Amino acid sequence: MTILEGHPANPAAGDADRPIGYGRLQRKEDPRFVRGKGNYVDDIVLPGMLHGAILRSPVAHARLVSIDTSKALAHPGVKAVITGQDLLGLKLAWAPTLSADVQAVLVTDKVRFQGQEVAFVVAEDRYSARDALELIEVDYDVLPAVVDARKALDPGAPVIRDEIEGRTDNHIFDWEAGDKAETDAVFASADVVVSQEMVYPRSHPAPMETCGAVADYEPIDGTLTLYETSQAPHAHRTLFAIVAGIPEHKIRIVSPDIGGGFGNKVGIYPGYILAVVGSIVTGKPVKWMEDRSENLMSTSFARDYIMQGEIAATKEGKILAVRTTVLADHGAFNATAQPTKYPAGFFHIFTGSYDLQAAHCKVTGVYTNKAPGGVAYACSFRVTEAVYLVERMVDILARKLEMDPAELRLKNLIKPEQFPYKNKTGWEYDSGDYATALRKSMEMAGYDELRREQKEKRARGELMGIGISFFTETVGAGPRKHMDIVGLGMNDGAELRVHPTGKAVVRISVQSQGQGHETTFAQIVAEEIGIPPEDIDVVHGDTDQTPFGLGTYGSRSTPVSGAAVALVARKVREKAKFIAAAMLETRPEDLEWEKGRWFVKGDPSVGKTMAEIAMGAHGTVALPEGIEGNLDAEVTYDPPNLTFPFGAYICVVDVDPGTGHVKVRRFIAVDDCGTRINPMIIEGQVHGGLTDGVGMALMQIIEFDAEGNNLGGSFMDYLIPTALEVPNWETGFTVTPSPHHPIGAKGIGESATVGSPPAIVNAVVDALAPFGIQHMDMPCTPARVWAAMQGRPRPPI
Amino acid sequence: MQIPAPFDYARATSVEDALALLDRHGPESRVVAGGHSLLPMMRLRLARPEWLIDINDLYELDFILREGDYLRVGAMTRHTTLLESAEIARLFPIITDAERVIADPIVRNRGTIGGSLCQADPAEDLSTCCVVLRAEAVVRGPGGERTLSMSEFHRGPYETAVAQNEILCEVRFPILPRSGSAYEKVERRVGDWAVVAAGAAVSLAEDGTIDDVSIGLTAAGIDHTIAEAEAVLHGKKPTEGLFIEAGRLAAAASDPIADQRGPVDYKRHLADELTRRVLRQACARALEARHTTTQEG
Amino acid sequence: MQISMTVNGEDITREIEPRVLLVHFIRDVLRLTGTHWGCDTSNCGTCVVLMDGLPVKSCTVLAAMADGHAITTVEGLATGGTLDPVQQGFMEEHGLQCGFCTPGMMLTARALLDRNPHPDDGEIREAISGQMCRCTGYATIVRSVKWAAEHPAAQETTGEEVTA
Repeated sequence: MTILEGHPANPAAGDADRPIGYGRLQRKEDPRFVRGKGNYVDDIVLPGMLHGAILRSPVAHARLVSIDTSKALAHPGVKAVITGQDLLGLKLAWAPTLSADVQAVLVTDKVRFQGQEVAFVVAEDRYSARDALELIEVDYDVLPAVVDARKALDPGAPVIRDEIEGRTDNHIFDWEAGDKAETDAVFASADVVVSQEMVYPRSHPAPMETCGAVADYEPIDGTLTLYETSQAPHAHRTLFAIVAGIPEHKIRIVSPDIGGGFGNKVGIYPGYILAVVGSIVTGKPVKWMEDRSENLMSTSFARDYIMQGEIAATKEGKILAVRTTVLADHGAFNATAQPTKYPAGFFHIFTGSYDLQAAHCKVTGVYTNKAPGGVAYACSFRVTEAVYLVERMVDILARKLEMDPAELRLKNLIKPEQFPYKNKTGWEYDSGDYATALRKSMEMAGYDELRREQKEKRARGELMGIGISFFTETVGAGPRKHMDIVGLGMNDGAELRVHPTGKAVVRISVQSQGQGHETTFAQIVAEEIGIPPEDIDVVHGDTDQTPFGLGTYGSRSTPVSGAAVALVARKVREKAKFIAAAMLETRPEDLEWEKGRWFVKGDPSVGKTMAEIAMGAHGTVALPEGIEGNLDAEVTYDPPNLTFPFGAYICVVDVDPGTGHVKVRRFIAVDDCGTRINPMIIEGQVHGGLTDGVGMALMQIIEFDAEGNNLGGSFMDYLIPTALEVPNWETGFTVTPSPHHPIGAKGIGESATVGSPPAIVNAVVDALAPFGIQHMDMPCTPARVWAAMQGRPRPPI
Repeated sequence: MQIPAPFDYARATSVEDALALLDRHGPESRVVAGGHSLLPMMRLRLARPEWLIDINDLYELDFILREGDYLRVGAMTRHTTLLESAEIARLFPIITDAERVIADPIVRNRGTIGGSLCQADPAEDLSTCCVVLRAEAVVRGPGGERTLSMSEFHRGPYETAVAQNEILCEVRFPILPRSGSAYEKVERRVGDWAVVAAGAAVSLAEDGTIDDVSIGLTAAGIDHTIAEAEAVLHGKKPTEGLFIEAGRLAAAASDPIADQRGPVDYKRHLADELTRRVLRQACARALEARHTTTQEG
Repeated sequence: MQISMTVNGEDITREIEPRVLLVHFIRDVLRLTGTHWGCDTSNCGTCVVLMDGLPVKSCTVLAAMADGHAITTVEGLATGGTLDPVQQGFMEEHGLQCGFCTPGMMLTARALLDRNPHPDDGEIREAISGQMCRCTGYATIVRSVKWAAEHPAAQETTGEEVTA
């Protein structure tokens, strides 16, 4: 299948290989990427540009005694060295976080995590900047570190945030959802209750491109152009206006091609601010690109939830209630990226895909001497932790009841007729046909045959495991009455212009980090107004070129921005009807739409294509009252609810009984993301997320030693799956459109990251059943699996 | 991205030239071959030589040659060459086994056997292979050439007998009749350093008893062969029971440290498990070689 | 010091500091920014280029070490206006998403196909196992390389009619 760059003008319908609208379509962004012509932040070179580098703390918790920059300043290539004291003078030493806390841009008083920013060097080239870091002399007075979140609230624990007046402990928040009394009552009378503590360890999104920026401050007219690895350029512009005091209309944020985000590029990091300060101080553009260690040690981590889960059921296997208490390690500053009302994100979707009588959770957030953040690592907002909790608990319950885990799930899944389904923690699930998806995955897997094979292998002492997970996500944040980030409602705008010759440009507020927006959003417009996708340019990532909106994370691009784009295209289509009527000298209500043209009802030969209408709109056609001479429209979309993608995953693993090594033999993923715009892109997103799941379940972890030293600070130790750790994915789908979304699409970007870790861990625990193991914590490394086989399933943190 | 501290660079045209350059630039000059151990350390500024002497043009050290009862392998032989060598696979399958799991295919395009041995990382795989195969290291310096056994060559973690003004030129592997060898490694992920690995080589007498055997471990705190485990096998016909006993003794002799790759007891367990596995495989291969030898007459 | 090499078929000579890494030489000196970098420990493989036809990690080769050698970067994969089948395959089979690891993946694929025109899945996975991709989950990369193997004469003349 090949898409031609030259094509016939505006045909009325596409064919299977060249859909005008939804369908498999090669990506519009690929031609530049395969030629090496992408334009990433580090590819940007501006005239006179300088290079910044950050000196970071080697220790996790220490008073800053002194800092001497004189030798660095004497380096011939160095233009400036900026310290926390300098920033205090500029009132920039502390910046607001995304969670109503503040974060040090450069240390002024005390280091609070290893890798924290201490000083910023600006030099003529990146080699000199790196050399000068070694010339800065810093004296630290090392303090005991708080590393284990479980000890953060101990009386006498070192107080990490002692700069906040009156603060005497490391407690950040308590947050609850659901009805505790009702839940406790259900538990008290249940036949069966099982409980398990589990840790979702700290991990890091680790996109292949690290974070960075090029700041270009123009002192004469006071404008700042900031090229940034940002998933949310508009929100960043507003925050920079607030933080740096630069008027918002003087700030332009450009987020060019981004080498993967996965949540890592949502926050505003000290490095971005320092590049801006460096540019203001030197009067030159300043580039800052973090190296991989800086990325892994200082920018936003994910997860780090210690969860105590309990599940109650009848002895026949009817699940009644789930409750959990969670200790959330937020690191040294509360910089988690969550909607304001939800300090634990959407964790209260831990009720999963089951029809429950009651549910309750309590989440407590604490400070520790670790990097701040707490982003959604391809997981919406804490949905990954929630799904992991409930899907592990259901498996543990199945073991207790001696039921097949698939059978237990089928018995308890919410039924199609129960939608829209109000769960016990306040969500309204929009649509679903859960059992169909689970049965489909079991069919694809050959589930019964796998269980037979497992039985035979067990008899021979071989360890084979089959793991299931069924997940419901909540994505597409979100309705402005409930959801904002630092006061900005979570809505997105879209502008569509159809040029006189029938070619179009659509401007969107979300930002691709590889998701293929230039293709998908062109297809949405194409579906609505019948112009081929190749005739539609998608503009994104530049705040001067696009309408306001909150950006791409939490699988929100298609649910929110996709809706905006569909609606703006419908506005244009409707306007086109009036113009076509004028051109055809008939009444709008006498026209009928087919993809790409309006024609006279009952006389299909008389009509006008979009291109003809566009020329008419901009030409000399006498326009009806109230219709302006263009074919443009704009929309800001406020979603009425979130969307609820779901899926059924089955994983088959083989465990080497002698070494504990886990091999993922097969992985079957059936996803339902509602309406499918480009199946090729959907499949790609699922594959990527499944690989992330293998990483988290089997190898990825950011660990710390007792002093707070980060043990996962490079790709030597923070292990990312390679092509040899993952199988050929087996994907399938069902389609249950969202009833409240203009095109019925639910979003797919994070489903697989959310759904796959429990499937893999369930499979590993299933393989280890002969050892009587109920649970083991991720990552299931060979050493940990072996320890579990010896009766030590949960390593100390 | 991390950047090395400044240094000067010279490219050697011959072994003699390299030795002269090392001599001229003194103690802070270092040889670079594939660079995949040294350059990352220099980028992290854990190593900061003042001079780098590049020996990549020393094609004279890139060879695999059979000479009498020895296989001679030049120090500049790349990992990929070793992995793809049919002669190595036939004579010393332990090296082929190891090469499959050393780093990744792209690193193997640059990395060399000499570089690996001189880096002497305790988790390095070829060092164990050389120890197990009772290889000899040929080292050249201003005073001429000397040949070292592996126990003389290894001085401990990251330390060898190769002086600053010397170059490792080749590694010699004795070829034994009716022999077989094997290597197995447990890693957290493909391309990672070993959690623990084991290697073994055996040669059988005409009657099928074990004539010679050596067992070595990687990343287990032991850089010599394990005599006590070998002793139980000497002169006996290979059996599963003997492998189990040898595995137990190898584990007892190991002295691993706990780290992110695993706790001590797990590593000891692996020393046991993997020793059994490689002995089993090495003996199977030796038996096969014995049949081949017999058939060849 | 002065170095000379052939980059994408063109002879170049430049004056450099001895410590300049090949990846920085390619990106910052020659301004060929299709070659990326992603780590400090030679693990990620986003910086892969071909040196005398073999894939190498250009973050772990000094520019000085490449003196006298032939380097191919992603910018040298297409000849004239004609895409390499590997480039075509990555577009056909969705072998890329963010595009960051793509140049290195394609160069490794090219080197593999030059030695082994019909690799199986396992051989392709092994060949790219020193390179990380966070987006694709690798299966579509494997398919892309197979597509290229099956279409050795695939051509695209930029912007014009396509024959698949």
